[in-house]
Amino acid sequence: MVKLTKSLVCLLLLSVLIVHARATDGADNSQCLQCHGQVFYEYHNEWTDQVDRKPLNPFHYIDSVKMKSSVHKMFACIDCHSMDYQTFPHSGELRLEEKYQCMDCHGGDETYAHFNFEGIESAFQESVHYKSSDERFNCWMCHDPHGYELALRQDKPIVEVVTLSNKMCTSCHDNKFKYGLLSHDDPVDIAATHAWLPNREQHFNKVRCIDCHTKVDADLLISHNILPKEQALRNCVDCHSANSVLMESLYAHRAKESRAKSGFFNAVVLNEGYIIGANRNKTLNTISVILFGMLLVGLLVHAVLRMIFSKNK
Amino acid sequence: MSDKMYLYPLWVRIWHGFNALFFLVLLISGISMQYADLKYSFLPFDWAVLSHNISGVGITLAYLFFLVGFVLSDNKRHYKIEVKGLCGRLIRQMQYYLFGIFKGEGSPFPVTAESKFNPLQQTTYVAVLFVLYPMLILTGFPLMFPEIIIDNFFGIGGTLLTALLHSAVGFLSSLFLVIHIYFATIGSTPTSNFKSIINGYHERH
Ligand code: HEC
Ligand code: HEC
Ligand code: HEC
Ligand code: HEC
Ligand code: HEC
Ligand code: HEC
Ligand code: HEC
Ligand code: HEM
Repeated sequence: MVKLTKSLVCLLLLSVLIVHARATDGADNSQCLQCHGQVFYEYHNEWTDQVDRKPLNPFHYIDSVKMKSSVHKMFACIDCHSMDYQTFPHSGELRLEEKYQCMDCHGGDETYAHFNFEGIESAFQESVHYKSSDERFNCWMCHDPHGYELALRQDKPIVEVVTLSNKMCTSCHDNKFKYGLLSHDDPVDIAATHAWLPNREQHFNKVRCIDCHTKVDADLLISHNILPKEQALRNCVDCHSANSVLMESLYAHRAKESRAKSGFFNAVVLNEGYIIGANRNKTLNTISVILFGMLLVGLLVHAVLRMIFSKNK
Repeated sequence: MSDKMYLYPLWVRIWHGFNALFFLVLLISGISMQYADLKYSFLPFDWAVLSHNISGVGITLAYLFFLVGFVLSDNKRHYKIEVKGLCGRLIRQMQYYLFGIFKGEGSPFPVTAESKFNPLQQTTYVAVLFVLYPMLILTGFPLMFPEIIIDNFFGIGGTLLTALLHSAVGFLSSLFLVIHIYFATIGSTPTSNFKSIINGYHERH
């Protein structure tokens, strides 16, 4: 019963929001952003009758430009946060407020069926993050509530897809404050643990962390089951070969859409990169093998003739 | 067995030894990367990358050493191609390899202290050392630091273009190597030339 009312409330909220969105294309959040969009904030102190100027906690800073490109750009702050935040100082109790989760709005909604939120959720619940954090790890920790945008599905350039996706991981794994919310240890240095990977920077610009740290899941565009580190992809040839696994992950979307005819293995990659071993040219390979074979046969014949004639003498 | 001629100075032999070693490693690791596969691979991919990088740097250093020796010593006289009548001489040398050699004729351009290479040898060595090698090095180093390659070269990926050129030139060099080694067996005995490039002395027929 509680669940039903919750869903109904959400549905109502959603419809209001969508109408709202069509009308305004992005909500007016200027009231909140005059503090949360600044490095310093000011307010009128009623007790001293002065204007106080304070530095804003950087974790409370919201990048309004990023927010405008996010999937939830049409939301007003108070659609997700309590109306009571409109007063300052905010009431202390507000920090106890329970936040919406993705599934509260997107669960069971036909409009978003193609994303398979349910599949994503159950894959996420298998992941090391969820299991090793006493279920404190939630979707928002990767999906910045104030800036998450779609990357792969939007056919953004691969480098951009990779940057956006990898930032989700490094925003925490390279940040001991965010990481510290979940663990008593400092995060290990990502550059050092991946030193075995040659051209590491190039790799991190061209492949996503999840391409190595998840298994391909046919039901999801983006696999969400981060595996224990022992199961991470380490074998170079999984990517650097004619049947590269990237064709089912990072390039799956493109590979399906453009079955371009071309003499290259995995030709879709070539628009934006080149992967040794995965992008051989079939024609050139054949020609080179034939030429090499002909040369060997020619030299062999020559050698045999030389032997015969030197014996005859 | 008769007199010997000292044709291969020590520095040439040292260069040649390193050059041959690095080249073989480059060839094997290069082919292994090009045809990398999950089930069968010449070398493990990471070993191939590592050994290819190391010997790529090695062969470049050796090449610079060769260039210095080339400029400073008089070994370069053997590499001066006389353009006039070159075609005719190349054809004569080819005729020798195709027919004369079987009839037991002597080489049309016998080895002398003044000119140790026959015209075919001379042109292929010059082509390999002054055309193919610079191209291999100039395309190889960008592939080691791919971040310096421009992403898009008139609609074709810069890395793709560089890699295609690099493997094409590498392929031509591998053809050279096979021919080079085979023709080195044509000496007073099949092994005498190999001894020469090790001890420096050429045995005359
Ligand atoms: C006058 C400046 C100011 C304005 C305007 C303001 N805030 Fe804040 N807000 C702060 C400061 C300072 C904090 C941190 C201290 C605190 O919690 O009071 C904060 C904290 C918050 C928090 C985090 C609470 C927690 O601890 O998790 C939220 C959420 C928030 N504000 C939302 C809003 C929203 C939504 C609006 C607009 C309706 C808004 N704020 C307007 C200054 C402001
Ligand atoms: C789509 C829903 C949504 C919208 C819209 C939204 N927030 Fe948030 N906000 C959240 C969630 C969820 C969290 C908690 C994040 C977490 O648990 O990691 C949060 C956290 C915060 C925090 C606490 C700092 C932090 O990152 O934990 C502040 C401050 C904040 N929001 C301010 C704002 C302001 C200001 C706006 C409008 C410009 C806004 N939010 C719009 C969902 C939203
Ligand atoms: C408060 C309800 C709410 C919450 C919580 C919420 N969303 Fe949304 N989301 C929406 C609405 C409404 C839209 C449609 C926005 C539009 O049409 O502009 C949307 C749009 C999206 C889209 C873009 C869909 C498209 O086709 O462009 C994605 C992806 C998405 N949300 C993912 C998430 C994820 C991931 C989470 C949790 C981390 C989440 N949402 C949490 C309400 C919500
Ligand atoms: C460990 C980090 C992480 C967590 C946790 C996470 N996601 Fe994601 N999610 C990603 C990455 C990376 C992408 C890829 C971004 C892209 O290419 O659009 C993504 C993409 C998505 C997409 C877009 C998929 C598509 O088909 O375009 C949805 C929807 C989504 N996540 C929902 C969720 C939900 C729901 C949860 C919680 C149950 C969740 N995510 C938890 C990292 C995470
Ligand atoms: C080419 C595949 C690959 C890529 C890309 C990759 N990883 Fe890894 N990662 C691995 C492997 C393999 C291990 C296991 C290393 C080990 O145990 O020595 C690992 C280990 C880890 C660990 C555990 C480190 C430890 O010692 O506890 C973390 C955390 C991690 N990776 C995060 C990331 C992040 C974040 C990214 C993206 C910026 C990323 N990885 C990209 C393959 C990859
Ligand atoms: C909000 C912080 C946060 C984010 C975001 C995050 N992680 Fe983690 N991650 C952690 C913490 C904390 C651990 C340590 C879990 C534990 O106690 O073993 C961890 C552990 C890992 C491990 C090691 C698992 C093991 O076996 O030890 C890998 C691999 C990993 N994360 C990959 C990723 C990838 C890939 C992403 C992005 C898609 C990502 N993480 C995003 C916090 C985060
Ligand atoms: C997750 C897939 C993946 C794995 C695993 C992987 N690579 Fe790569 N590798 C790539 C991609 C993608 C590129 C970049 C191609 C580009 O520049 O567009 C790349 C680039 C490279 C380059 C630079 C090539 C150049 O010049 O552009 C080298 C060298 C390399 N990888 C070696 C390795 C080695 C060695 C391993 C194993 C230890 C390995 N890779 C594992 C996907 C992978
Ligand atoms: C295992 C591989 C190799 C073997 C066994 C080998 C063998 C020989 C032999 C026997 C000679 C002396 C006979 C002659 O002058 O033809 C020689 C000379 C020469 N080789 Fe090689 N070679 C090898 C690899 C290479 C490679 C990769 C190059 C690439 C450029 C090369 C370039 C030369 C040159 C330029 C000379 C003449 C040196 C001089 O006297 O100035 N060789 N090689």
